[in-house]
Amino acid sequence: MSTGSMEQLYQQVILDHAKFPHGKGLGAAGDLHLHTGESHQVNPTCGDEVTLQVDLDAQGIVRDVRWDGQGCSISQASVSVLHDLVVGNDLATVDEIGGTFRALMQTRGAGLDDDAEETLGDATAFTGVAKYPARIKCALLGWAALTDALIKTGARESS
Amino acid sequence: MTSLLHDAARTLDATELAAVRADFPLLSRTLRGGRPLVYLDSGATSQKPEVVLDAEQDFYAQRNAAVHRGAHQLAEEATEAFEDARDRVASFVGVSPGSLVWTSNATAGINLVAYAMSNASLGRGGAAARPLALGPGDEIVVTEAEHHANLVPWQELALRTGASLRWLGVDDDGRIRVDELDTVVTERTKVLAFTHASNVTGAITPVAPFVERARAVGALTVLDACQSVPHLPVDLTALGVDFAAFSGHKMLGPTGVGALYGRRELLEAMPPVTTGGSMVEVVTMEATTYAPPPQRFEAGTQMVSQAIGMGAAASYLHELGMDAVAAHEAHLAGLLLDAVASVPGVRVIGPTDTRDRLATVSFVVDGVHAHDVGQVLDDAGVAVRVGHHCAQPLHRRFGVASTSRASAAVYTTDEEIEVFREALTGVRAFFGLEVS
Repeated sequence: MSTGSMEQLYQQVILDHAKFPHGKGLGAAGDLHLHTGESHQVNPTCGDEVTLQVDLDAQGIVRDVRWDGQGCSISQASVSVLHDLVVGNDLATVDEIGGTFRALMQTRGAGLDDDAEETLGDATAFTGVAKYPARIKCALLGWAALTDALIKTGARESS
Repeated sequence: MTSLLHDAARTLDATELAAVRADFPLLSRTLRGGRPLVYLDSGATSQKPEVVLDAEQDFYAQRNAAVHRGAHQLAEEATEAFEDARDRVASFVGVSPGSLVWTSNATAGINLVAYAMSNASLGRGGAAARPLALGPGDEIVVTEAEHHANLVPWQELALRTGASLRWLGVDDDGRIRVDELDTVVTERTKVLAFTHASNVTGAITPVAPFVERARAVGALTVLDACQSVPHLPVDLTALGVDFAAFSGHKMLGPTGVGALYGRRELLEAMPPVTTGGSMVEVVTMEATTYAPPPQRFEAGTQMVSQAIGMGAAASYLHELGMDAVAAHEAHLAGLLLDAVASVPGVRVIGPTDTRDRLATVSFVVDGVHAHDVGQVLDDAGVAVRVGHHCAQPLHRRFGVASTSRASAAVYTTDEEIEVFREALTGVRAFFGLEVS
């Protein structure tokens, strides 16, 4: 029934993350020395939403990301993949990954170079999303929440 | 006009439907992969027949001039075309042209009424406008089924005037709780605003008990007729509402134009909202007197070509015969409901029977988000709307954040609904869910 572009859009990685999301479930950071920031983001066109909490340690390393939300498989899988990509990384690396993912969303499905794919790992599966302008916002919902939550930790200036 | 009029048993036969479809250039285009378009999003906006496109083109090519000013021939012709369009739209909904105000869309029409009431509440319009005034202790009644356009303006009016907002609930079938009219609409009610047909559930509201109750307590009625005017024979005078708003683009006309009907006495009493050129009588440095309605509410340069396009759309529908249009769409409503019912794991939000409903069917596919449903249908060339359809409270009432909505129009065919059904059958399987 499909022209094949459906399989490109909904890669198995995306369907798996949507079905078995990583990092889902909100709560308090286990360690009082961590700086936690939280953000709630809504996509007003479809009502999708995500609440994301991020814990930073004194060295600026992301110690954990927890989230909850409801929405389409693209938005939910994207936050799940985000969780895997940013936990354990310093802020500079997180920025690089986030920036690369946003750049990927501007490629209209053409994708980025090998270096970028290396940076993005599982998130490369979202390449097909960039072909559907209406869905790019879905994929970026969690990343918008992360940017805002990091500001709320107080560990960085809002830009 | 044609013999199709007022023949309730008539629907469109295959030849007539083919002829209708041939009038809509866009319906013959193809999509990605060469797929034919199956347009089931007419509830959001309808496609346009050639006569509408031609009417706009013809205005700019032959008659373009400023209306209601200038003594030259072009200005006369432009004014005549503009007012002729008003006549056509007014007659289409059973009202006099003097009680029909052009607005940029239906939202603007409803806001016009709400802001005029606001101004009346501040004393503008004097004693004549007092029936339109509200204050603390007064109540505005809406329903849980409303599009945001017939809810948010009333929330804002309540905040500006100190009046309270109350609402009628919706039953499990998606129909407005008519049984709550007697308790919710009281002597304190000044405005009763409700939809003629839900853009989500497709349920058609029985207008008579609303008007009867409003009259009994001295409240004004405001009808959102966006979804009814394109699909049903609508006679606003017979319905007896005080105000009604509808848009051009949902009734085969252009975007950028809508109409507000107001009972003539009310329009005459109503203070202006948007002020400036074209809506005045005498202007001095100290004071201004205003033109009679409808011009009083049409400040600034109007959307002339769009109004003419909307007039052409009204004539087109009139010539098809709204009884025939409604009969055809009632048949489509049955097919859409059958299609959705035939697919396991799919549930309708709204009435599941064809009585008093439009061919607008919203549904939830268990385990699959509406956006994902819409994407898979799109891959089969089927255009549906996904999301909350500007009716978040109604979705909350049913415990869902979003639905998918298939909405038909006069040009929709049985075959298109079959393509929709087949595509819908594959959705749960695509996302790895059980199909039995």
